[in-house]
Amino acid sequence: MIQWLAEPGLTHFLIVSAILFSLGLMAILSKRNVIMVLMGVELILNSANINMIAFSRFTDLGLDGQMIGLFVIIIAAAEAAVALAIVLNIYNRFRSINLDEISLLKG
Amino acid sequence: MVEQTLYSITQFYPEIIVTVTLCVIIVADLLTKKESHTTGWILLGGFVLAGFTLLLQVGRNESVFFDMIAIDPFSLFFKLILLLAGIFVILFSVQSRELDQYMNRIGEYYMLLAGMMLGMMLMVSSTNLLMLFLAFELTSLSSYVLVGFTKHSKRSSESSMKYIIYGAVSSGVMLYGFSLLIGTTGAVDIYGINEALAAGTDQTLILNISVLMILVGMGFKIAVVPFHFWAPDIYEGAPISIAAILAVASKIAAFGLLIRFFSISFADAGGISATGAWQGVEGIHWNLLLGVMAALAMIVGNLTALRQDNIKRMLAYSSIAHAGYILMGVVILAAEGLTSVMIYLFIYLFMNLGAFYVAMLFSNKIGSESIEKYKGLGKRAPLQGVALTIFLVSLTGIPPTGGFVAKLYIFGAAVSAGWIWLVVIAGITTVISLFYYIRVVRNMYFYGSESGNDPLQFNVWSNVILLALLIPTLLLGIYFAPVLEFARNSIHLFGM
Repeated sequence: MIQWLAEPGLTHFLIVSAILFSLGLMAILSKRNVIMVLMGVELILNSANINMIAFSRFTDLGLDGQMIGLFVIIIAAAEAAVALAIVLNIYNRFRSINLDEISLLKG
Repeated sequence: MVEQTLYSITQFYPEIIVTVTLCVIIVADLLTKKESHTTGWILLGGFVLAGFTLLLQVGRNESVFFDMIAIDPFSLFFKLILLLAGIFVILFSVQSRELDQYMNRIGEYYMLLAGMMLGMMLMVSSTNLLMLFLAFELTSLSSYVLVGFTKHSKRSSESSMKYIIYGAVSSGVMLYGFSLLIGTTGAVDIYGINEALAAGTDQTLILNISVLMILVGMGFKIAVVPFHFWAPDIYEGAPISIAAILAVASKIAAFGLLIRFFSISFADAGGISATGAWQGVEGIHWNLLLGVMAALAMIVGNLTALRQDNIKRMLAYSSIAHAGYILMGVVILAAEGLTSVMIYLFIYLFMNLGAFYVAMLFSNKIGSESIEKYKGLGKRAPLQGVALTIFLVSLTGIPPTGGFVAKLYIFGAAVSAGWIWLVVIAGITTVISLFYYIRVVRNMYFYGSESGNDPLQFNVWSNVILLALLIPTLLLGIYFAPVLEFARNSIHLFGM
């Protein structure tokens, strides 16, 4: 066990990313604050990134994995920018960013 | 390398034109006077020009930019109908009263529309997982903002927030699925994935999980059960022109993406066979899974639509049901299934855009989207009333409208592939759908008006656009041979 922990390989990274993915999903499902939900989304995107880079390092995928990682970081930044602008507008309209209080549309 | 890149650029003119139009709109927005739709006309010109350059690609079947983009009859068909939908949506937007309050920012609206169109055109043609994800996100990011464009409206703001949360989560899950798929197969383009799968893999479990996760993202975009819950809220809150493009173009692009991804990645060595192309992955029965999703979409969409009062919400549930019918063709995925999907998408474009258009015209005049408020409108606006009736009849699938032909081909393909139970469900739900479509017609014709009897005035221009949608809907019901021929010739994907 100690030996297994001492030499990090592909499995270790995949486990970390799976944990990160689950935490992100947890945050999205349980948090009521929009900002916290968006942070959960960031966790999911970054868990995918860890996967990509681990595969790129330990398998014969090569630099493609690193490349995708770079693009995903940019996408995540763009998405966060748009999301924050929308949340700001929501705050101006509703004076709240609690998901439970923003529910005009249903049925 | 340089030759390949230079050659690829010559095959990339439609996308380049849309990109240049986007830049021109940004500049024109600074130079022209506000309070006019000049930028909209520029975008319209760009789309028409892109359509013409697309026609230069007829008959090509190759891969450009180092296997990033496929130029094949399949992508040509999808890009043409996407551009057609885009042109109609611009014509809708020019007349929309909802946008009047935001005329000082209208340049942004058309710029984002151009970005969305670029994303959708890349979605249907990209063959590389990274490219595919970028195109997916380009479409999504533009549409998040467009849904919330009327930002002083509480409903619009709320729907855009819901859209970005649902959308970001589902695309994140899809990206995680991509990362697992790339890791297990060691390839980033769908041809490489197909080769790796054909050579055999021992990671069946991870592979199945990854494909399920990818299905989440794509299912979200086509709004099929169980990933449909966003659609009604977003359609209701968004401006009607944007709801129309989400219901039509965005859905069509996602179907193109889904078909290309699944049929190339998981095809067996023989290509698309009579039984379909689902042999690539062991484990889950993919066609059965998609069949169940299609059946659920038809049932949930049609049953929930029965008790809606907002016309946009009703059309949202009806579009979920239609996604189910189209998915029926994808389940088969043989040549016949693909042809029927393409015919359906082509006819769906006209009838659904038409329904949204009349809803927008009525909303402009009576200021309401409630079906209850449609009472007496059949007499006050004869042409619009008749047109809406025909669009709704066509959406139900009753002859002699285009919707009948579309349904006929899908049902026929499903029967001959042996999916009898799916066709039975589709048939029953079609009958159910008649109730809520006819309710609108009943309100328009069989009740007296509650708010004045004076006829509504529409200008000639709006009638011309209405006829441009109405005539194809009717004509395709009796004379559809050219479309059938076009669809048959367009099922060739590069690499099949």
